[in-house]
Amino acid sequence: MNEVDRRALFATMLRIRRFEERCVELYSAGTIRGFLHLCVGEEAVAAGTLAALGPQDAVVSTYREHGHALARGIPMPSLFAEMFGRETGCSRGRGGSMHLFDASRRFYGGNAIVAGGIPVAVGLALADRLQERARVTACLFGDGAVAEGEFHESINLAALWRLPLVFLCENNRYAMGTALARSHAETDLALRAGSYGVRSWAADGMDAVAVQEATDLAVDTARAGSGPCFVELRTYRFRAHSMYDADRYRDPAEVEAWRARDPLELAARSLVADGLLDGAGRKELEEAVGREIDDAVAAADAAPLEPVDDLTRFVTTGTEATE
Amino acid sequence: MTTATGTRTVTFREAFREGLRDALAADDRVFLMGEDVGRYGGCFAVSQGLLEEFGEERVRDTPLSESAFVGAGIGAALGGTLPIVEIMTVNFAMLALDQIVNNAATLRHMSGGQFSIPLVLRIPTGPGRQLGAQHSHTLEGWFAHVPGLRVVAPATPADARGMLATALADPDPVLIFEQIALYGVSGELPAAAGPVDLDRAAVRRRGADVTVVAYGGTLAPALDAAAALAAEGVSAEVVDLRTLRPLDSAAVVDSVSRTHRLVVVDNAWRSGGPGAEVVARVAEQALDQLDAPVERVGAAEVPIPYPRHLEEAALPSVARVVEAVRRAVG
Repeated sequence: MNEVDRRALFATMLRIRRFEERCVELYSAGTIRGFLHLCVGEEAVAAGTLAALGPQDAVVSTYREHGHALARGIPMPSLFAEMFGRETGCSRGRGGSMHLFDASRRFYGGNAIVAGGIPVAVGLALADRLQERARVTACLFGDGAVAEGEFHESINLAALWRLPLVFLCENNRYAMGTALARSHAETDLALRAGSYGVRSWAADGMDAVAVQEATDLAVDTARAGSGPCFVELRTYRFRAHSMYDADRYRDPAEVEAWRARDPLELAARSLVADGLLDGAGRKELEEAVGREIDDAVAAADAAPLEPVDDLTRFVTTGTEATE
Repeated sequence: MTTATGTRTVTFREAFREGLRDALAADDRVFLMGEDVGRYGGCFAVSQGLLEEFGEERVRDTPLSESAFVGAGIGAALGGTLPIVEIMTVNFAMLALDQIVNNAATLRHMSGGQFSIPLVLRIPTGPGRQLGAQHSHTLEGWFAHVPGLRVVAPATPADARGMLATALADPDPVLIFEQIALYGVSGELPAAAGPVDLDRAAVRRRGADVTVVAYGGTLAPALDAAAALAAEGVSAEVVDLRTLRPLDSAAVVDSVSRTHRLVVVDNAWRSGGPGAEVVARVAEQALDQLDAPVERVGAAEVPIPYPRHLEEAALPSVARVVEAVRRAVG
């Protein structure tokens, strides 16, 4: 079990928040294109879940994965470069915002088909079982994925084979514009996961410490060979689903109520109350993050585009004769 | 039994099983999973005996969850193993299209070349057994449409036995389409049968007057038609495509450049089918070599019906290939 480092969790959340805010600016400026899904409001899930993993473990994520990627340690310049479509991007610019990959950190994307990464996570865990490695696969997905058949097929298979897999449901209460209660007859997702014979529980997804503790327990259980676990992390996204979304389906009062439990400020207040952070410390952190972002954007901006002649590389191994 | 000519007679089923057994024995990373591949022995008895020989970890029965176990194959391949996943029949592969098209075919490219997926999918397919419209279709052309996948269709015992080993050695996903109607058919397997290449089409019969292109389930009728035509004094060359992606256009163009006539035979619907792609390539690369309009023999544009007489009427036959060749050379 990894030790809970509240200052580190706060610092991770701060980096994610400021990163996402810069993405908004860059999108408005036309530097980032395509679909862009931000995780503002959900930073505690990214910081807490990823803190519970070791470098040997695997991560499978979704199209709302900037926070997961940052918390996993993928360098910021390669994330911006990816969204700028540059060769130095973590996927050489081939993926964009929704398809961040990093083999060296066992970060398997960045999957833009809802629930599409879950079967792949089952297979990563199966490979570890077959090769008798004490590694765990963490699979992040949203509440929308729980409506997909692939989720149900996969959790049954993982439970049947008692695989070292942790299902991490980042429940932000909306599948794009459809509220949980408008798409699920039973909205207690942990309860439903439990019907597969999987140990399941829910945690406050606005509290990074609670998220890490809940994930730690699941990871330890899976690593010990006791089979998969399901953790529902109850959170909320403060911004729209994507940059195209006019957000007409949520009551502004509901958004405001959740904003009152901003995970970043909750963590800050708790650190301040315990004398672990003060105004000067916060300012210093903010400035460091600001510099990191400025430098990363500048590096990405200066990075080359892949030559058009390389278009057909990376389709199959045989198409890489130019390498 | 091995004959004096160095071949032995085996069924396609036995050839496929030998390929599987060799693969499992050769490399600990190889495992087989799918519906009823273990205790049942495989829906078509291809994997009979493998559970007993290799155990439940490496011959894994799965629930009826095509998307999950195909996706698990992708993940297991990413995780350093060499999975062979059987999808009981091609129509069930529709339930796993998300994993095949959105993940297996794309992860390498989308990640900028960081990930290889050495996954093999075995997919029994094809008509001819009165199995009706949800078990008889010919859809390999759909998969051959997708960059990132390799699509092969063994039509000889040697290919049935030898394509698997080569597919497992390929760092990218390979889909092997096995003809259900061939499982019980016997043929000659060279005594020294082993891995075969997956890149080249093969000329199965030499001829001078017309090129007949076939693969998988239509190779046998194409060869039978060529034999019948020989009696009429028509010399037909039969090209077995073997691999639909990447398609060996050069082999087809080479043959057409010698015969100047082309007949394409497959069990797929003609609209947008693999035969259409072959014809398009010839039109692009060797139109000036053609002395007659191209003939296509494919399935009637109907879901494959159950009754024998209607199923036969819907599919290419020796007689239809013969007629098409006569038109081409006439």
